[in-house]
Amino acid sequence: MRTLYLVEIVIGNKPQAKDPEGQTIMKDLMHKSGYDCIKEVRTGKLLKVQIEANSEEEAREKVFAMCNDLRIFNPVAHSCKIEVRGKT
Amino acid sequence: MKVAVIQFPGSNCDLDTLHVLRDVVGVDADLIWHKRFKDSNYDAAVLPGGFSYGDHLRAGIIAAYSPAMASVKEMAKQNKPILGICNGFQILVESSLLPGALLRNSNLKFICKWTTLRVETRHSAFTQLYQKGQSIRMPIAHNEGRFFVEEEMLEDLHRHDQIVFRYSGENPNGAIDDVAGICNEDRNVVGLMPHPERASESILGSEDGRKMFESMLNWLK
Repeated sequence: MRTLYLVEIVIGNKPQAKDPEGQTIMKDLMHKSGYDCIKEVRTGKLLKVQIEANSEEEAREKVFAMCNDLRIFNPVAHSCKIEVRGKT
Repeated sequence: MKVAVIQFPGSNCDLDTLHVLRDVVGVDADLIWHKRFKDSNYDAAVLPGGFSYGDHLRAGIIAAYSPAMASVKEMAKQNKPILGICNGFQILVESSLLPGALLRNSNLKFICKWTTLRVETRHSAFTQLYQKGQSIRMPIAHNEGRFFVEEEMLEDLHRHDQIVFRYSGENPNGAIDDVAGICNEDRNVVGLMPHPERASESILGSEDGRKMFESMLNWLK
């Protein structure tokens, strides 16, 4: 039976690519407000997609294939994580 | 000889580019909507600046999947000159016609200002008429212009003489190794963040960009 799965695609800069927004959030907001315990902030982009599939594994594989096919992330600069968050 | 200026939804430097080609450089040029673009009709193509598809997801990525880009790839294979200016550069990168990525400016701001560039190579379809090492002025106007590649790919770009322009003096956007423009290994596809079409007439403060378009005509001869 085909089910709707909720899948999250998280795109972030690779460690070698500087993340000035993350640095600003950490230094100018968190550290200045006393949260010195924060040692790293990396920003990214989150895509929440709902996909029809027969299983959780199929949902993950389809989203993974799509991310590569449509360059949802730029492999030169970005990392991409795919997490199935369950059925809708 | 005919040049296409390909218009995507959100292009906004298309008419300036068309004006420079037609009225300043004096070459036959068409402004053509991306859905109607056919590579066989043209000897060269320019992807103009702007904000195609609102820069959604990532600047240039949605236009990269327009059928027009399959035609542009066909032209590139035939060694025809292809120029991407600003958003056009982003589209070329996202189409994999050029390597790398264009990330958000390091100061997180849209930057619109004049820059000084150094011509790093004459060996491209758009730089033959410059001198290597020549200092030229062109303006930039972008939010995502921080060129990025990993160290190994940067070495490849150097090894193959693919870095076409570098910012000299101030690096406005944090681009790795001050890179402002690059070309492909075949040297017919060039992309740059600065705007040569805004620096092609003395009334605008610089004529340094005009040689890019004249170099293209030279390449086509």
